[in-house]
This record gives sequence, structure tokens and C-alpha cells, in this order.
Amino acid sequence: MIENRPFFDTLTHVVLILGIALVAFPIWITFVAATHDLARMAQAPIPVLPGTHFWENLKLALAGKIISGIDTIPVWKMMLNSLTMALMIATGKIFISILSAYAIVYFRFPFRMTFFWMIFITLMLPVEVRILPTFEVVANLGMLNSIWGLTVPLIASATATFMFRQVFLTIPDEMLESARIDGAGPIRFFVDMLLPLSRTNIAALFVMLFIYGWNQYMWPLLITTDSSLTTVVVSIKEMLDSGERIPEWNTIMMTALLAMLPPILVIVSMQKLFVKGLTETEK
Amino acid sequence: MIKRVHFPTSPLPYLLVAPQIAITIVFFIWPAGQALYQSFLIEDAFGFGSEFVWFENFQLLFEDPLYIDTFGRTLFFSVMVALLSMSLSLLLAGFADRVVKGATIYRTLLIWPYAVAPVLAGALWVFMFNPSVGIIAYWLKQVGVEWNHFLNGGQAMALVIFAAAWKQIAYNFLFYLAAMQAIPKSMIEAAAIDGAGPARRFWTIIFPLISPTTFFLLIINIIYAFFDTFGIIHAVTEGGPANSTVTLVYKVYSDGFIGLDLGGSSAQSVILMIMVIALTVIQFRYVERRVEY
Repeated sequence: MIENRPFFDTLTHVVLILGIALVAFPIWITFVAATHDLARMAQAPIPVLPGTHFWENLKLALAGKIISGIDTIPVWKMMLNSLTMALMIATGKIFISILSAYAIVYFRFPFRMTFFWMIFITLMLPVEVRILPTFEVVANLGMLNSIWGLTVPLIASATATFMFRQVFLTIPDEMLESARIDGAGPIRFFVDMLLPLSRTNIAALFVMLFIYGWNQYMWPLLITTDSSLTTVVVSIKEMLDSGERIPEWNTIMMTALLAMLPPILVIVSMQKLFVKGLTETEK
Repeated sequence: MIKRVHFPTSPLPYLLVAPQIAITIVFFIWPAGQALYQSFLIEDAFGFGSEFVWFENFQLLFEDPLYIDTFGRTLFFSVMVALLSMSLSLLLAGFADRVVKGATIYRTLLIWPYAVAPVLAGALWVFMFNPSVGIIAYWLKQVGVEWNHFLNGGQAMALVIFAAAWKQIAYNFLFYLAAMQAIPKSMIEAAAIDGAGPARRFWTIIFPLISPTTFFLLIINIIYAFFDTFGIIHAVTEGGPANSTVTLVYKVYSDGFIGLDLGGSSAQSVILMIMVIALTVIQFRYVERRVEY
């Protein structure tokens, strides 16, 4: 801080702490709801301080006893589905994008620019906008209710391709010259030079794409009607729609907590990579 | 665009771009073409055949007061989300920029809503405002406000705006903070020596200097509110009560999958595509270039 103003310094911290309280409050209430039993959560006003039923609710949710009397698929299985989907989307996007960026930057071949513009166009066609015809394509290919139908259509990525293109363009030409003098072919150069040089970019992109994949909603909602493929994020909405019954908030909020834990852990533990990924892919 | 030094012509580059191009054609360009084609068709009442009608679907849409309302509502929703989220983030980033000790702790505690899926954000807010047990609905009742977003359209809209803006605070905060930290400290110090207080420095130096970021964030937030808030609306209101929270993307989904109106839904898709193209062009052509000092 530039000048010595004790009052203003205190105000700074007060505002920031209030801001954090505002941002964290919904998550705090979720946590509190997950620590009380059903009887307590059914009466207003609901508590703002944690109770003692955390482990009980965790067991109920993990065992699939979210709505009493009805067995749903266990939350750990849904989390496994989410993990599979997130990992496949993240690695798939990185894999096909780094390859196409390599081709576009390091090779001269007919239709190079056509391919570049085709990839660019995907940026302007988010899945939400062309949801019905894309669903039809997946249905015609017999990919409904499969992990492939869930992930492959989301794997094309213009942003990831552009990011790798930027990274490759900053690598000095002398690298390739000397590699070629030493007799390295295109595959050797890619594996031994480009991959190690773009390691941190791959990691940063992975953090972003893992969160993107884990949090997918509209697409899995339509593609997976078979409950064995349900992801944990999609399941929350089904739990909220309990029809005539009163929603069982203790187990629903426990499931919500479990659903947001992995991406939050990824962001907080890999904060530097996350910020790098965020600023590099968006511009 | 291309390296001065490159590899000789061979089939290899085709193999390298093949997976990306295959997915792009099958799952992006072909469906987009289908949407365009179907937007010119009207199915007969029994679903046996369809007739080519040129722009009739579009004409019907723009004559439909429900669609025009949805247009206005989506604009209102997006602008409110952008304003609310950006002003809160600007305030927090402005103060966080002053902090020397503990800045990373503040940042860590402010960025996690980014990781929460839109539908989960919706679930959390709908739980807090639940008319029978929700804690905030209860507090509001204490001060005399009767909250029921299942019946009151205005309250339903407010709730989706809150949830959507809350989720975006982290993103805006990070970009504002980065922009402020890029301003040379000497400039701020010089102003301080000349006697400008913190508020004056903020409005006459910092705010104008970060205006490219503001413009960039405005576009990004509007794109977010248009296209990435389906989960929030689906979890909080399902478009209700009485369509009061239906946005353009939500309407494409509900007309297509619930109403099964193929032609109308496709025409809406085409209009949305045109809007995305326009927003992308603005983002690439003008953002970070126009507003510069």
C-alpha cells in the first residue's frame, strides 16, 4: 500500500472479508445442510451452524440411499462416471488439438487454411445452439447411452488448437533447423522437442478442461437416459424433482457437496496452472 | 501463420488433422447444416412429410410475441448478470490490489465458484431461497418480504440472475486483478505524491487504464449469460413461472425436445448461431484493440 492510512487499510480487509463471506455463503449452507439429519432439515428455519450427522449422510449418499425408501445408483458410481467423462474429454481435446496445431504450424500442404478455418468455425457453434440436430447425428450413429456419445462430440476444440498454435509459433525456428540437421524426422521432433516444451501449457489446459468436462450438463442430460451412465452433476436436478415429496435436503446437499468437491480441489491446489490456463485460452 | 522452416510435403499432416476435422465435420458442421436446412421446412401435423417453406419459420417466430418477449428477457438477463457480477468483482479486485500481505489467500478464497457447475450453482441458490425451508427466504419473511419464486416471475428472474452472477464473480475478479496488477506502480505512486487519494486514483487512473479488460469482460459475460446458463435455469425454475425465466437457449431446448417443433426450434438455432458469430467477430476484431491508451 502506498500511503499510511490505517482506517482505509482496515476498510480494505473488511470489504474483502465481506466479499469472501458473500461468495462462500452458498457453499457454507450446503455444507451445513449435509451435516444435519432429515428431521432437522424439514423444519424452517434451517440451521446455519453444522450438526453431527455428516458421516451418516455421507454413507447414505455413497450407498445410493438419497431418497428414503428408494435405492438409486450409488453416488460413488456417478462420481466415477463423471471422472471418466471429464478425463476423456480433457485428454481427447488436448490430444487432437496438439496434433492439428502441429500440422498447421509445421507443415505446408494443400487445404491447410481450409482446415484451419473449419476448426475456427467450431468456436461459433456451441453445442447449446445446435443441440437438436447434433442429438440426431449421435442417435443415428447409435451412440446414445454410451461413453463415446457422451464425450466424442465435445472433443473438437478451436481454443485448445489456437493455444497450441500460439505456443508453437513462439518456439524459435532454429530448434527445427538444428533438429533436422541432426536427422530428426517430424515424429521425433514432436515427441522429443515440442511435447517437453509445451508441458506447462498442457497441464494448464488440462486443469481448465477437466473442470469443463466434469461440469457438463445439457449434453449428458440428453445423451444418457440409462441410469448406469448418469453423472453426479446431472443427478442433482433429478433429486430436486422429487414430485409431491419434500426434497430430502440433507442427502441432496451431501451429493451436491461431493459433486463440486473434485473441481474445487483441482482449482485450489493447482491455482497457478488454472490462472495460466484461464488467461491463455480466453484471449 | 506458418513457420519459415517446415517439413517437406508428405501425407503425415493429413493424418495429424484427421481426428479433429472428422469430429468437426460429423458433430459440428453437419448438424449446423441440418439446422439451417430444417429451418426452411415445416412438418405437417401428422409428421409424415415436410414442406419447403423458405423463411416462413423465421417469419412465424418474429410474429410470435412469446419469442419477441424471450429476446428482450434474454437481453435483460444478460445485461443484469454482467453488471452485477462485474461491479462486485471490480470492487473486490480494487481492494485486493491494495493488499500486500495475504493477497493470495484472498484470491484462493474468491476463485472457487468458478469450479461449481451451473446446475449446482442453481441448486445451491434454489435451496437458500426455498419458500418453505430456505434460510434467505426465511430471513426475508422476517423483514416482511414474502418470497416465492415458484409463483412470482420477478423473484424467479432475480434468483436466476443472482445464481448466474455469483458463479461468474471468480472469473471477472481474476481478470480485473491481473489487469490492475499490470499497471506500473510508479504511476500510482506519482499520483499519490501529487495528493490524489485512493478513490480519486481509482477513478482517474486505474479505471480508465483497465477499460479494455472491462470491454472484454462485458462481451465474455454476455456470451456466458446467453449460452452457459441453461443448467442454472433448468435447476432453479425450468423456465417458469409462466415462461418468466425462459431464455433463447432454454427455448431452443424446450421447443425442440419437449414441444417437438422441429422447424421452429431449428430456426431459433439459426438465429442463435448468427448471434454467436456476431459476438465472436466483435471479440476477435475489436476487443483489446479499440480501447487503448
